[in-house]
Amino acid sequence: MSKVVGTSRVKRGMAEMLKGGVIMDVVNAEQAKIAEDAGAVAVMALERVPADIRAQGGVARMSDPSMIEEIQRAVSIPVMAKARIGHFAEAQILQELGVDYIDESEVLTPADYENHIDKWNFTVPFVCGATNLGEALRRINEGAAMIRSKGEAGTGDVSNATTHIRKITGEIRRLMSMREDELYVAAKELQAPYALVKEVAETGKLPVVLFTAGGIATPADASMMMQLGADGVFIGSGIFKSGNPAERASACVKATTFFDDPKVVAQVSRGLGDAMVGINVSDIPVPHRLAERGW
Amino acid sequence: MKKRVGVLALQGDVREHSRAIQKSGALSVSVRRQEDLASIDALIIPGGESTTIGKLLRIFELIDPLKKSISDGLPVFGTCAGMILLAKDVIDGSHDQETIGTMDITVRRNAFGRQVDSFEKPLDLSNIGAGSVTAVFIRAPWIEKQGSNVQTLASVESGHESRRESHIVLARQDRQLAASFHPEILEGQRYEVHEYFIREVAS
Repeated sequence: MSKVVGTSRVKRGMAEMLKGGVIMDVVNAEQAKIAEDAGAVAVMALERVPADIRAQGGVARMSDPSMIEEIQRAVSIPVMAKARIGHFAEAQILQELGVDYIDESEVLTPADYENHIDKWNFTVPFVCGATNLGEALRRINEGAAMIRSKGEAGTGDVSNATTHIRKITGEIRRLMSMREDELYVAAKELQAPYALVKEVAETGKLPVVLFTAGGIATPADASMMMQLGADGVFIGSGIFKSGNPAERASACVKATTFFDDPKVVAQVSRGLGDAMVGINVSDIPVPHRLAERGW
Repeated sequence: MKKRVGVLALQGDVREHSRAIQKSGALSVSVRRQEDLASIDALIIPGGESTTIGKLLRIFELIDPLKKSISDGLPVFGTCAGMILLAKDVIDGSHDQETIGTMDITVRRNAFGRQVDSFEKPLDLSNIGAGSVTAVFIRAPWIEKQGSNVQTLASVESGHESRRESHIVLARQDRQLAASFHPEILEGQRYEVHEYFIREVAS
């Protein structure tokens, strides 16, 4: 019998292989090589890191295909790229380019304020952001093969990432403590399909890998996210907006592997130079908060 | 007494291997440091990103201790990234690809293509006393060349009708076993390849 591509196992399995790793935002081939040399498990190719999108404003869209291809040529590790929420044509282009994962991302300006992309239609797997369990399960129902908690991208302020990972894992624990006949109402309250709610209640975890993103800027941030139950971390602006990207990237990789060993995290935290300056989430007016995008 | 089977836990799908080990009747132990090697009867190197795991092996000074343990007879099983890490030579690796290099095989990295080419396919495992299982290949490598002491256990065909090629995806060299695919995420209640590793290779 012949090969079957694009199955759920192949898509979700790809994310399983990224566990315990760091996925780094890069804007060119040179940064991609630095990330690969530092031990990133994958890179996210985009034209502007979230901090710059935030600073420069305007509509943020999928990156230029030639820029993504340049990064694909530069590294041997998986290359991910972002499409706007609901923009299935951008996703079709990214699949055509052969990216390894598509991030349907709130960091870009949404293209559809009602519908997300029907991700079952694609061979390439998708990762989507979520701020709570209901949102995560709705994305999985649409075909997402990996979830990342959103945090607040481009801030270097980890507080929202903490809120979102705690919220998702806390809601999972709550489902586990419920009687079976209470799961129907739980599904209604979460606005998520009952079958997925039941599966989470039984297994105690999402049916896909759960990473954390949004505001992670130090090895200690990465360690905390892993201790709070993340399977791995995305670091966006935190690396290439810092004083010494190569050192910081490598330190975050080590801190993610040895997240539960403060001796190692302390060791790698020394002498990294300036972290990204960042911005407090509370100083950002609500309409400019990216985590609110997606529903 | 139950065998203690370590899983190299620097990065990758460690959890799936732990579950497969337990379901196969052995005890799963996490291995991240030199001293962890002393207390295990066998070791699994999981799927993951081979460049990342290779760098972490070097930084945390595990390559030489692993080489020594495997040379001294520690049974080892590498899947996907784990196969690459056991290989003596790697084609299409990163410029500084690190491997343990104890197995006399040349492995082509991402040989079947990118993620959009990742696939599943029934695989005949009669050589290890199992039937046909659905094997999952994710950005998978294959074995391109092997030493005379390496035994082929399973292969897959690729290419079109006119030009079919056969590629080795499961091989054994004495107490070392390597798979291109992910037997830890096989369908079903049994983990035939893990059972074979624990029963036969690590006997």
